[in-house]
Amino acid sequence: MAQHQVNYTQDGGLPVALTTIDKVVNWGRSNSIWALTYGLACCGIEMMASGASRYDFDRYGTIFRASPRQSELMIVAGTLTKKHAEFIKRLYDQMPEPRWVISMGSCANTGGMFNTYATVQGVDRVIPVDLYLPGCAPRPETLQYGVMLLQKKIRASKAGKAQKPKRLM
Amino acid sequence: MRKYTPKKDVQAKSYYTDRFWVAPQVAKSPVESDATFSEDLAAIKEKFEVLDAYIQVDQMVVYINAKDNFDVIKLAKEDLAYTQMSELSAIDWLADKGQFEIFYQMLSMTKRKRIRIKCFIDEQEPILSVEKLFRSADWSEREMYDMYGVIVNGHPFMKRILMPDDWSGHPLRKTYPLIGDEAAAWYEVDKIFGKEARDVIGPEIRDTARIDRYDTERFSRLGHEVPHGAAIPEGEPKTPLAYQEDGGVFLIKKFHEDDSVIITDRDR
Ligand code: SF4
Repeated sequence: MAQHQVNYTQDGGLPVALTTIDKVVNWGRSNSIWALTYGLACCGIEMMASGASRYDFDRYGTIFRASPRQSELMIVAGTLTKKHAEFIKRLYDQMPEPRWVISMGSCANTGGMFNTYATVQGVDRVIPVDLYLPGCAPRPETLQYGVMLLQKKIRASKAGKAQKPKRLM
Repeated sequence: MRKYTPKKDVQAKSYYTDRFWVAPQVAKSPVESDATFSEDLAAIKEKFEVLDAYIQVDQMVVYINAKDNFDVIKLAKEDLAYTQMSELSAIDWLADKGQFEIFYQMLSMTKRKRIRIKCFIDEQEPILSVEKLFRSADWSEREMYDMYGVIVNGHPFMKRILMPDDWSGHPLRKTYPLIGDEAAAWYEVDKIFGKEARDVIGPEIRDTARIDRYDTERFSRLGHEVPHGAAIPEGEPKTPLAYQEDGGVFLIKKFHEDDSVIITDRDR
């Protein structure tokens, strides 16, 4: 290297890119966030719209999967009822680590307008949440921005196997 | 005129009730004003005791004894051609009379008429299922049990239908608080993590409009994001919208807000 004075890390050098393992792994992770389809109520419609052609989530590498075992992101879009709470926990536990959760809309954040006996007052009572999106319902742009922020968060974290456990308790 | 009741300490009451307000009632007309209904009522009266009957909004309402409910509905279905059970449920009058009012809304397609069979039962008194006559009563009776705690005898599958099986209380009773009792408030915590987790997770925050701009553990402003838990007593700096942070990953094109163009001319 010293002999040829080639700066391999610059464009126009040899086709070699130097980087760290963390960056490569996180680059892969942040650009292939497979999301679990989790439309629980009206917010689910906006989530579907974000996945469809107009807003096109595929270009972020965010592809909806119907199985928790194939996904690393859970977008909780809608009202979580108390009856359903145990199932969301079970599905979350089935997702492989590392995993992230976006709580989409007022209902998932805080129970929203459903200040009643049957609604969980925020999914963070049951599973740990990384991002809260405000709105009723949040527009697809908000969800897009949320996913972009999540990508940033992933890139800012360590890629090692030992993830800091995200536990409620 | 209404009976006079002493109004001592009326100010001390925590809520306001208009003493002179009377709930409006839909006008009732006698059953004799309609020939079809008169015949139907006569047929019911022949075999069963009818406590009250009138026509309201073109529908006949018949009050019967609770023990006759199956037989009256059977008669209405088989002899009087009321072949559809459109709805069935209970009304909570526990505070007023200590009773539930059960109603069965029935429709005759041939006569183009609707009747409503009603009866009163006490709180713990069971009522006979009409599921044998109308399959639609299956879920309605389960819902009635779920929401009011009305016990239905002879039902093939008497379980809750909407609330979870291990729920306590019956939510549509007037005495059930809208935000739920204690069991409801802790339901998901108790079930998933166990009772000892109550202290860790804490009570529900029912103030859904609560926002604290300076609490960066829970809130962040769009376009003003700061790291989790950062202290921002002077307000948060503006963070430019960027898809890819500087020093981020190679191969991905950086997006800078300054480089973007906002199109104002639609016919460009
Ligand atoms: S936040 Fe609004 S749009 Fe979203 S699920 Fe709740 S009620 Fe529906």
